[in-house]
Amino acid sequence: MIEIKNVSKWYGDTQVLYDINEVIDRGQTVVICGPSGSGKSTLLRCINGLEPYQKGEIVVDGISLNDPKTNLYKLRQKIGMVFQRFELYPHMTAVQNITLAPMKVLKKSRKEAERKAMELLERVGLPEKAHAYPANLSGGQQQRVAIARALAMEPDYMLFDEPTSALDPEMINEVLEVMIDLAREGMTMIVVTHEMGFAREVADEIIFIDEGRIVERGTDEEFFTNPKSERTKAFLSQILV
Amino acid sequence: MFDAVFRNLPFLMGGFLVTLQLTFCALAGGIALGVLVGLGRISRKKWIYYPVTLYVNFIRNIPLILVIFWFYFVMPILAGRAMPPFISAVISFIIFEATYFGEIFRAGYQSISRDLIHAAFATGLTYSQTARYILVPIAFRRMLPSLITQSIVTFQDTSLAFVIGLQEFVRRTSIVDNLEVRSIQLFGFVALVFFIFCFLGSRVARHFEEKGRRTGVI
Repeated sequence: MIEIKNVSKWYGDTQVLYDINEVIDRGQTVVICGPSGSGKSTLLRCINGLEPYQKGEIVVDGISLNDPKTNLYKLRQKIGMVFQRFELYPHMTAVQNITLAPMKVLKKSRKEAERKAMELLERVGLPEKAHAYPANLSGGQQQRVAIARALAMEPDYMLFDEPTSALDPEMINEVLEVMIDLAREGMTMIVVTHEMGFAREVADEIIFIDEGRIVERGTDEEFFTNPKSERTKAFLSQILV
Repeated sequence: MFDAVFRNLPFLMGGFLVTLQLTFCALAGGIALGVLVGLGRISRKKWIYYPVTLYVNFIRNIPLILVIFWFYFVMPILAGRAMPPFISAVISFIIFEATYFGEIFRAGYQSISRDLIHAAFATGLTYSQTARYILVPIAFRRMLPSLITQSIVTFQDTSLAFVIGLQEFVRRTSIVDNLEVRSIQLFGFVALVFFIFCFLGSRVARHFEEKGRRTGVI
């Protein structure tokens, strides 16, 4: 379970998050949407300690992130993350990208790590690209390898930071399908995205963030059919054309 | 026309061998230390950043020949005994070249996006693992042309070690010249040898630059 309690964050004098509260239970998929620059990605980065926050508390499975005794490196092992621009290691093949952390962090043998990597590549539909370098993969393929890389650590949670917004339209679905499968298999996911079709299909809860505040939250039906705030209505009318 | 050169070829080549050994040791040490200096220059920890930055700025603003002199004449006072010129030269070169290699690596590290580093952290890798498997290898590939160029400069710079009496290529040539008095021929030969090596090196640098572009690492 991830608990976000009254979290506020500043960049210098500029406040970017205001008293964010949210609880994500095991097995849930939460979609975060909102205009760019609203603080969605920043919030996501706070959850695995990539960005510090100045007020409030984030607790993952009972472990508080701002406790100085918390080993962030250890905590991140169970929180996978997928980035907008894939961020595959350009000097390594797909398999090397996937096996690096299991071998160095979990101390798995190369053989075991590669067996698992092949299994994951099979799962994301790219077994034939195992030995390709990122430069020779399409955007959609790179993102699927990036998902496999995150899954290789067998995380309990997955964070997705606009995973399809850098993709050409025809590649979006191949990535979304992998994510929908994951959600259906019971992975706990927090997804920053504007893909409302995806949200409708798998989200247990949708949060709308604007200017660092949670403006609206609801299950998918309430969210789409009966948004409470004017800001949400305006946003939805823009992206649901 | 190279009669004086041929008469003294083994002696001259012995000097060239010393030049190559000095270059090799200076590069191995300078690049290894440069990897760390570069990391120090991007460190957020003030107690690492400031001393490393002071070291880099200080060394880069004094002439190499002074570093060589200073080290050779001051070390015996500090250590209590004289150091062989070769060892002294190697250490001076490492101290000097590491600042230049360090700045090349710093530029390489800074070319790597913050999200790529975040991606490594997100899989549970520690900072030192991220540096070792991600930062350093990518910076090395991206900066390979600059590293080769700086290596060529180092190779040329080694001739300055003659000031502390090290019998490298240029020193031995000047010894031969004192006997033969054939300056144009002898130093022309030295220039030719340096030119061939440096020119080949620059072609290699160019090759890696093009290769880097093709494979998308640069």
